[in-house]
Amino acid sequence: MIIAEQKPLKEIIRNLEGHKKILVAGCRSCVAICLAGGEKEVGIVAESLKLYSDMHGRIWEVDEITVERQCEKEWVKEIKKIVLGKDAILSMACGVGAQVMQETYPDIRVVPGLNTSNMGAPEEQGVWREKCAGCGDCVLHLTGGICPIARCSKSLLNGPCGGSQNGRCEVNPETTPCAWDQIYHSLKKLGKLELMEEIIPPKNWITSHSGGPRRIVKQEAILTSEEKAVKGGME
Amino acid sequence: MSSQMKIVGFCCNYCGYASADLAGLNHMEYSPDVMIIRLPCSGRVDVLHILRAFREGADAVFVAGCLEGNCNYEYGNIEAKKRVEYARRILSEIGIEGERVEMFNVASNMAWKFKEIVDEMVSRVERIGLSPLKKVTP
Ligand code: SF4
Ligand code: SF4
Repeated sequence: MIIAEQKPLKEIIRNLEGHKKILVAGCRSCVAICLAGGEKEVGIVAESLKLYSDMHGRIWEVDEITVERQCEKEWVKEIKKIVLGKDAILSMACGVGAQVMQETYPDIRVVPGLNTSNMGAPEEQGVWREKCAGCGDCVLHLTGGICPIARCSKSLLNGPCGGSQNGRCEVNPETTPCAWDQIYHSLKKLGKLELMEEIIPPKNWITSHSGGPRRIVKQEAILTSEEKAVKGGME
Repeated sequence: MSSQMKIVGFCCNYCGYASADLAGLNHMEYSPDVMIIRLPCSGRVDVLHILRAFREGADAVFVAGCLEGNCNYEYGNIEAKKRVEYARRILSEIGIEGERVEMFNVASNMAWKFKEIVDEMVSRVERIGLSPLKKVTP
Protein backbone atom coordinates (compact mmCIF):
# COMPACT_ATOMS: atom_id res chain seq x y z
CA MET A 1 0.00 0.00 0.00
CA ILE A 2 0.94 3.64 -0.21
CA ILE A 3 2.60 4.95 2.94
CA ALA A 4 2.23 8.56 4.00
CA GLU A 5 2.51 10.63 7.15
CA GLN A 6 0.82 13.78 8.28
CA LYS A 7 2.50 17.09 7.58
CA PRO A 8 3.32 19.09 10.71
CA LEU A 9 0.23 20.95 11.86
CA LYS A 10 2.09 24.24 11.65
CA GLU A 11 2.79 23.71 7.96
CA ILE A 12 -0.83 22.75 7.29
CA ILE A 13 -1.99 25.89 9.08
CA ARG A 14 0.41 28.03 7.07
CA ASN A 15 -0.73 26.49 3.78
CA LEU A 16 -4.37 27.17 4.60
CA GLU A 17 -3.78 30.84 5.31
CA GLY A 18 -6.09 33.17 3.46
CA HIS A 19 -8.82 30.58 2.97
CA LYS A 20 -12.12 30.62 4.78
CA LYS A 21 -14.26 27.57 4.17
CA ILE A 22 -12.20 24.47 4.52
CA LEU A 23 -13.05 20.84 3.96
CA VAL A 24 -10.78 18.25 5.53
CA ALA A 25 -11.11 15.21 3.28
CA GLY A 26 -9.81 11.79 4.27
CA CYS A 27 -9.44 8.48 2.49
CA ARG A 28 -10.40 5.07 3.87
CA SER A 29 -7.81 3.11 1.91
CA CYS A 30 -4.00 2.99 2.24
CA VAL A 31 -3.59 6.14 4.33
CA ALA A 32 -6.21 4.92 6.79
CA ILE A 33 -4.24 1.70 7.23
CA CYS A 34 -1.00 3.59 7.85
CA LEU A 35 -2.86 5.80 10.34
CA ALA A 36 -2.27 9.02 8.45
CA GLY A 37 -5.47 10.05 6.68
CA GLY A 38 -8.43 7.90 7.73
CA GLU A 39 -11.59 9.02 9.47
CA LYS A 40 -9.88 9.16 12.85
CA GLU A 41 -6.97 11.30 11.71
CA VAL A 42 -9.33 13.55 9.76
CA GLY A 43 -11.32 14.08 12.97
CA ILE A 44 -8.22 15.03 14.92
CA VAL A 45 -6.88 17.41 12.25
CA ALA A 46 -10.30 19.02 11.75
CA GLU A 47 -10.68 19.50 15.51
CA SER A 48 -7.16 20.95 15.75
CA LEU A 49 -7.91 23.41 12.94
CA LYS A 50 -11.17 24.39 14.63
CA LEU A 51 -9.30 25.06 17.86
CA TYR A 52 -6.74 27.16 16.01
CA SER A 53 -9.49 29.01 14.18
CA ASP A 54 -11.36 29.77 17.41
CA MET A 55 -8.18 31.08 18.94
CA HIS A 56 -7.66 33.47 16.04
CA GLY A 57 -11.09 34.99 15.83
CA ARG A 58 -12.83 32.21 13.92
CA ILE A 59 -10.86 32.58 10.71
CA TRP A 60 -12.07 29.26 9.30
CA GLU A 61 -15.20 27.25 8.89
CA VAL A 62 -14.05 23.67 8.99
CA ASP A 63 -16.00 20.65 7.73
CA GLU A 64 -14.85 17.07 7.41
CA ILE A 65 -15.59 14.06 5.24
CA THR A 66 -13.87 10.77 4.49
CA VAL A 67 -14.37 8.94 1.22
CA GLU A 68 -13.75 5.33 0.33
CA ARG A 69 -10.93 6.10 -2.10
CA GLN A 70 -9.76 9.55 -3.07
CA CYS A 71 -7.81 8.19 -6.02
CA GLU A 72 -11.00 7.30 -7.92
CA LYS A 73 -13.16 10.04 -9.30
CA GLU A 74 -16.37 8.04 -8.80
CA TRP A 75 -15.93 8.25 -5.02
CA VAL A 76 -14.70 11.83 -5.12
CA LYS A 77 -17.69 12.95 -7.18
CA GLU A 78 -20.04 11.59 -4.53
CA ILE A 79 -19.12 14.34 -2.07
CA LYS A 80 -19.93 17.14 -4.50
CA LYS A 81 -22.64 18.56 -2.22
CA ILE A 82 -20.29 19.12 0.66
CA VAL A 83 -17.40 20.29 -1.54
CA LEU A 84 -19.26 23.04 -3.37
CA GLY A 85 -18.96 26.37 -1.60
CA LYS A 86 -15.63 25.52 0.01
CA ASP A 87 -12.57 27.50 -0.98
CA ALA A 88 -9.98 24.95 0.10
CA ILE A 89 -9.82 21.20 0.53
CA LEU A 90 -7.21 19.81 2.87
CA SER A 91 -6.65 16.42 1.28
CA MET A 92 -5.68 13.80 3.83
CA ALA A 93 -5.09 11.26 1.05
CA CYS A 94 -1.86 10.32 -0.70
CA GLY A 95 -0.60 12.57 -3.48
CA VAL A 96 -2.67 10.58 -5.97
CA GLY A 97 -5.89 11.17 -4.07
CA ALA A 98 -5.11 14.86 -3.69
CA GLN A 99 -4.57 15.17 -7.44
CA VAL A 100 -7.75 13.34 -8.35
CA MET A 101 -9.57 15.65 -5.93
CA GLN A 102 -8.07 18.68 -7.70
CA GLU A 103 -8.98 17.28 -11.15
CA THR A 104 -12.53 16.66 -10.04
CA TYR A 105 -12.94 20.10 -8.47
CA PRO A 106 -10.65 22.33 -10.55
CA ASP A 107 -12.02 25.59 -9.11
CA ILE A 108 -11.31 24.74 -5.48
CA ARG A 109 -7.77 24.80 -4.14
CA VAL A 110 -6.53 21.44 -2.89
CA VAL A 111 -3.85 21.59 -0.20
CA PRO A 112 -2.02 18.39 0.81
CA GLY A 113 -2.32 17.35 4.45
CA LEU A 114 0.09 14.44 4.12
CA ASN A 115 3.58 13.76 2.86
CA THR A 116 3.36 10.70 0.64
CA SER A 117 6.43 8.57 1.02
CA ASN A 118 6.53 5.12 -0.52
CA MET A 119 4.98 1.78 -1.34
CA GLY A 120 5.43 -0.45 1.63
CA ALA A 121 3.92 -2.58 4.36
CA PRO A 122 3.62 -2.55 8.14
CA GLU A 123 6.63 -4.05 9.87
CA GLU A 124 5.00 -3.95 13.30
CA GLN A 125 2.18 -1.83 14.66
CA GLY A 126 3.14 1.77 14.04
CA VAL A 127 6.16 1.00 11.86
CA TRP A 128 6.08 0.85 8.07
CA ARG A 129 8.82 -0.10 5.68
CA GLU A 130 9.29 0.59 1.99
CA LYS A 131 9.06 -2.55 -0.15
CA CYS A 132 8.77 -1.59 -3.81
CA ALA A 133 10.01 1.39 -5.80
CA GLY A 134 7.72 0.72 -8.76
CA CYS A 135 10.56 0.17 -11.21
CA GLY A 136 8.24 -1.41 -13.75
CA ASP A 137 10.43 -4.45 -14.41
CA CYS A 138 10.29 -6.74 -11.41
CA VAL A 139 13.26 -8.92 -10.45
CA LEU A 140 11.82 -10.51 -7.27
CA HIS A 141 12.07 -13.98 -8.88
CA LEU A 142 15.86 -13.58 -8.85
CA THR A 143 16.17 -12.14 -5.37
CA GLY A 144 14.22 -14.45 -3.12
CA GLY A 145 11.20 -12.17 -3.05
CA ILE A 146 13.11 -9.23 -1.58
CA CYS A 147 13.37 -6.08 -3.62
CA PRO A 148 16.94 -4.88 -4.14
CA ILE A 149 15.79 -1.63 -5.71
CA ALA A 150 13.66 -0.43 -2.81
CA ARG A 151 15.26 -2.25 0.10
CA CYS A 152 18.98 -1.97 -0.65
CA SER A 153 20.03 1.57 0.21
CA LYS A 154 22.13 1.70 -2.97
CA SER A 155 19.61 -0.18 -5.13
CA LEU A 156 22.31 -2.68 -6.05
CA LEU A 157 21.28 -5.41 -8.47
CA ASN A 158 24.30 -7.51 -7.54
CA GLY A 159 25.04 -7.18 -3.88
CA PRO A 160 26.01 -7.00 -1.16
CA CYS A 161 28.33 -4.03 -1.18
CA GLY A 162 31.35 -3.99 1.12
CA GLY A 163 29.44 -2.16 3.81
CA SER A 164 27.15 -5.01 4.82
CA GLN A 165 27.92 -5.94 8.43
CA ASN A 166 26.20 -8.42 10.72
CA GLY A 167 23.13 -8.29 8.53
CA ARG A 168 22.84 -4.50 8.80
CA CYS A 169 23.16 -1.88 6.09
CA GLU A 170 26.02 0.56 6.50
CA VAL A 171 23.85 3.47 5.42
CA ASN A 172 21.75 3.17 8.58
CA PRO A 173 22.71 0.15 10.71
CA GLU A 174 20.24 0.97 13.50
CA THR A 175 17.09 0.93 11.44
CA THR A 176 17.96 -0.84 8.20
CA PRO A 177 18.73 -4.49 7.57
CA CYS A 178 21.00 -5.18 4.61
CA ALA A 179 18.67 -6.22 1.80
CA TRP A 180 21.34 -8.36 0.20
CA ASP A 181 21.87 -10.21 3.46
CA GLN A 182 18.12 -10.84 3.55
CA ILE A 183 18.20 -11.94 -0.10
CA TYR A 184 20.95 -14.42 0.71
CA HIS A 185 19.03 -15.93 3.62
CA SER A 186 15.81 -16.08 1.64
CA LEU A 187 17.48 -17.79 -1.31
CA LYS A 188 19.15 -20.25 1.06
CA LYS A 189 15.78 -21.16 2.56
CA LEU A 190 14.32 -21.56 -0.89
CA GLY A 191 17.21 -23.83 -1.98
CA LYS A 192 18.06 -21.34 -4.72
CA LEU A 193 21.44 -20.08 -3.52
CA GLU A 194 22.85 -20.54 -7.04
CA LEU A 195 20.88 -17.42 -7.98
CA MET A 196 23.38 -15.42 -5.89
CA GLU A 197 26.00 -16.32 -8.50
CA GLU A 198 23.92 -15.12 -11.41
CA ILE A 199 24.94 -11.66 -12.54
CA ILE A 200 21.86 -9.55 -13.03
CA PRO A 201 22.56 -7.38 -16.08
CA PRO A 202 21.91 -3.64 -16.02
CA LYS A 203 18.21 -2.96 -15.93
CA ASN A 204 16.32 -1.09 -18.54
CA TRP A 205 15.20 1.87 -16.49
CA ILE A 206 12.87 3.14 -19.16
CA THR A 207 10.03 1.31 -17.40
CA SER A 208 10.80 3.25 -14.22
CA HIS A 209 10.11 6.91 -13.65
CA SER A 210 13.11 7.72 -15.85
CA GLY A 211 10.86 7.04 -18.82
CA GLY A 212 8.47 9.83 -17.84
CA PRO A 213 5.04 9.51 -16.23
CA ARG A 214 3.83 5.97 -16.73
CA ARG A 215 0.53 4.90 -18.14
CA ILE A 216 -0.77 1.35 -17.98
CA VAL A 217 -3.41 0.25 -20.44
CA LYS A 218 -5.46 -2.91 -20.08
CA GLN A 219 -7.10 -3.18 -23.46
CA GLU A 220 -9.87 -5.60 -22.53
CA ALA A 221 -10.99 -3.43 -19.63
CA ILE A 222 -11.48 -0.30 -21.71
CA LEU A 223 -15.12 0.53 -22.36
CA THR A 224 -16.39 0.91 -25.90
CA SER A 225 -18.05 4.21 -26.75
CA GLU A 226 -21.48 2.51 -26.44
CA GLU A 227 -20.60 1.18 -23.00
CA LYS A 228 -19.28 4.58 -21.96
CA ALA A 229 -22.55 6.20 -23.04
CA VAL A 230 -24.56 3.78 -20.88
CA LYS A 231 -22.24 4.07 -17.89
CA GLY A 232 -21.97 7.83 -18.23
CA GLY A 233 -25.73 8.04 -17.96
CA MET A 234 -25.70 6.05 -14.71
CA GLU A 235 -23.08 8.11 -12.92
CA MET B 1 -16.87 28.96 45.70
CA SER B 2 -16.79 28.31 41.99
CA SER B 3 -14.51 30.36 39.74
CA GLN B 4 -14.33 30.90 36.00
CA MET B 5 -12.03 27.96 35.77
CA LYS B 6 -13.14 24.75 34.06
CA ILE B 7 -11.24 21.52 34.44
CA VAL B 8 -12.36 18.33 32.75
CA GLY B 9 -11.33 15.00 34.22
CA PHE B 10 -11.75 11.85 32.20
CA CYS B 11 -11.85 9.12 34.84
CA CYS B 12 -11.85 5.40 34.32
CA ASN B 13 -14.61 3.52 36.07
CA TYR B 14 -12.34 1.24 38.07
CA CYS B 15 -9.83 3.56 39.71
CA GLY B 16 -10.13 7.18 38.59
CA TYR B 17 -13.82 7.43 39.27
CA ALA B 18 -13.74 5.14 42.31
CA SER B 19 -11.07 7.30 43.95
CA ALA B 20 -13.13 10.43 43.28
CA ASP B 21 -16.14 8.69 44.78
CA LEU B 22 -14.17 7.70 47.85
CA ALA B 23 -12.88 11.26 48.22
CA GLY B 24 -16.53 12.32 48.31
CA LEU B 25 -17.46 9.67 50.86
CA ASN B 26 -14.61 10.87 53.03
CA HIS B 27 -15.78 14.48 52.72
CA MET B 28 -12.48 15.54 51.25
CA GLU B 29 -12.56 19.00 49.82
CA TYR B 30 -11.47 19.72 46.28
CA SER B 31 -12.27 22.40 43.74
CA PRO B 32 -15.85 22.40 42.44
CA ASP B 33 -14.52 23.61 39.05
CA VAL B 34 -13.71 20.09 38.02
CA MET B 35 -16.12 18.25 35.80
CA ILE B 36 -15.77 14.50 35.88
CA ILE B 37 -16.54 12.37 32.86
CA ARG B 38 -16.72 8.71 33.73
CA LEU B 39 -15.36 6.26 31.17
CA PRO B 40 -15.40 2.47 31.21
CA CYS B 41 -11.61 2.60 30.87
CA SER B 42 -9.11 5.44 30.51
CA GLY B 43 -8.22 3.78 27.20
CA ARG B 44 -11.55 5.04 25.89
CA VAL B 45 -10.24 8.58 25.90
CA ASP B 46 -9.42 9.90 22.47
CA VAL B 47 -7.25 12.78 21.32
CA LEU B 48 -10.43 14.18 19.83
CA HIS B 49 -12.16 14.22 23.25
CA ILE B 50 -9.28 16.15 24.76
CA LEU B 51 -9.15 18.68 21.92
CA ARG B 52 -12.89 19.14 21.98
CA ALA B 53 -12.88 19.74 25.72
CA PHE B 54 -10.63 22.72 25.10
CA ARG B 55 -12.80 23.99 22.28
CA GLU B 56 -15.79 23.76 24.63
CA GLY B 57 -14.02 25.95 27.16
CA ALA B 58 -11.84 23.76 29.36
CA ASP B 59 -8.75 25.36 30.88
CA ALA B 60 -7.18 22.03 31.69
CA VAL B 61 -7.92 18.38 31.09
CA PHE B 62 -6.73 15.35 32.97
CA VAL B 63 -7.13 11.66 32.47
CA ALA B 64 -7.17 9.45 35.55
CA GLY B 65 -6.63 5.74 35.00
CA CYS B 66 -5.55 2.77 37.11
CA LEU B 67 -1.94 2.32 38.22
CA GLU B 68 0.23 0.96 35.44
CA GLY B 69 0.00 -2.80 35.39
CA ASN B 70 -3.38 -2.69 37.10
CA CYS B 71 -5.64 -1.72 34.20
CA ASN B 72 -8.82 -3.75 34.15
CA TYR B 73 -8.37 -4.01 30.38
CA GLU B 74 -4.63 -4.67 30.66
CA TYR B 75 -3.19 -1.69 28.79
CA GLY B 76 -5.96 0.88 28.45
CA ASN B 77 -4.09 3.26 30.73
CA ILE B 78 -0.94 2.93 28.60
CA GLU B 79 -2.98 3.80 25.51
CA ALA B 80 -4.47 6.76 27.35
CA LYS B 81 -1.02 7.99 28.29
CA LYS B 82 0.11 7.88 24.65
CA ARG B 83 -2.95 9.82 23.58
CA VAL B 84 -2.44 12.43 26.25
CA GLU B 85 1.09 12.92 24.92
CA TYR B 86 -0.22 13.18 21.35
CA ALA B 87 -2.86 15.72 22.37
CA ARG B 88 -0.19 17.74 24.13
CA ARG B 89 1.92 17.84 21.00
CA ILE B 90 -1.02 19.07 18.94
CA LEU B 91 -1.96 21.70 21.50
CA SER B 92 1.51 23.14 21.68
CA GLU B 93 1.66 23.32 17.87
CA ILE B 94 -1.54 25.35 17.97
CA GLY B 95 -0.27 27.59 20.74
CA ILE B 96 -1.96 26.11 23.81
CA GLU B 97 0.34 25.12 26.67
CA GLY B 98 0.86 21.37 26.67
CA GLU B 99 0.88 21.23 30.47
CA ARG B 100 -2.83 21.91 30.46
CA VAL B 101 -3.22 18.18 29.78
CA GLU B 102 -1.98 15.47 32.09
CA MET B 103 -2.31 11.76 32.67
CA PHE B 104 -2.53 10.44 36.24
CA ASN B 105 -2.58 6.93 37.64
CA VAL B 106 -4.46 6.18 40.83
CA ALA B 107 -5.81 3.17 42.69
CA SER B 108 -9.43 3.00 43.77
CA ASN B 109 -8.53 3.45 47.44
CA MET B 110 -6.34 6.51 46.84
CA ALA B 111 -8.91 9.21 47.56
CA TRP B 112 -6.16 11.56 48.76
CA LYS B 113 -4.41 11.16 45.43
CA PHE B 114 -7.54 12.19 43.57
CA LYS B 115 -7.72 15.34 45.65
CA GLU B 116 -4.05 15.94 44.87
CA ILE B 117 -4.69 15.59 41.14
CA VAL B 118 -7.42 18.20 41.19
CA ASP B 119 -5.31 20.53 43.35
CA GLU B 120 -2.41 20.11 40.96
CA MET B 121 -4.48 20.98 37.89
CA VAL B 122 -6.07 23.96 39.66
CA SER B 123 -2.67 25.34 40.61
CA ARG B 124 -1.41 24.86 37.06
CA VAL B 125 -4.30 26.92 35.69
CA GLU B 126 -3.75 29.54 38.38
CA ARG B 127 -0.13 29.74 37.35
CA ILE B 128 -0.52 29.85 33.54
CA GLY B 129 -3.92 31.51 33.44
CA LEU B 130 -7.21 30.62 31.84
CA SER B 131 -7.26 29.00 28.40
CA PRO B 132 -5.99 31.30 25.62
CA LEU B 133 -9.25 30.53 23.82
CA LYS B 134 -11.21 32.43 26.42
CA LYS B 135 -9.39 35.62 25.53
CA VAL B 136 -10.51 35.59 21.91
CA THR B 137 -13.98 34.10 21.92
CA PRO B 138 -16.82 35.78 23.76
S1 SF4 C 1 12.10 -5.03 -8.56
FE1 SF4 C 1 10.97 -3.21 -9.17
S2 SF4 C 1 8.82 -3.87 -9.33
FE2 SF4 C 1 9.92 -5.48 -8.24
S3 SF4 C 1 9.58 -4.97 -6.08
FE3 SF4 C 1 11.50 -3.97 -6.69
S4 SF4 C 1 10.98 -1.92 -7.37
FE4 SF4 C 1 9.09 -3.12 -7.24
S1 SF4 D 1 24.87 -2.78 3.12
FE1 SF4 D 1 23.42 -4.10 2.02
S2 SF4 D 1 21.52 -2.86 1.86
FE2 SF4 D 1 23.17 -1.48 2.44
S3 SF4 D 1 23.86 -0.64 0.51
FE3 SF4 D 1 25.20 -2.42 0.93
S4 SF4 D 1 24.17 -4.14 -0.07
FE4 SF4 D 1 22.68 -2.48 0.01
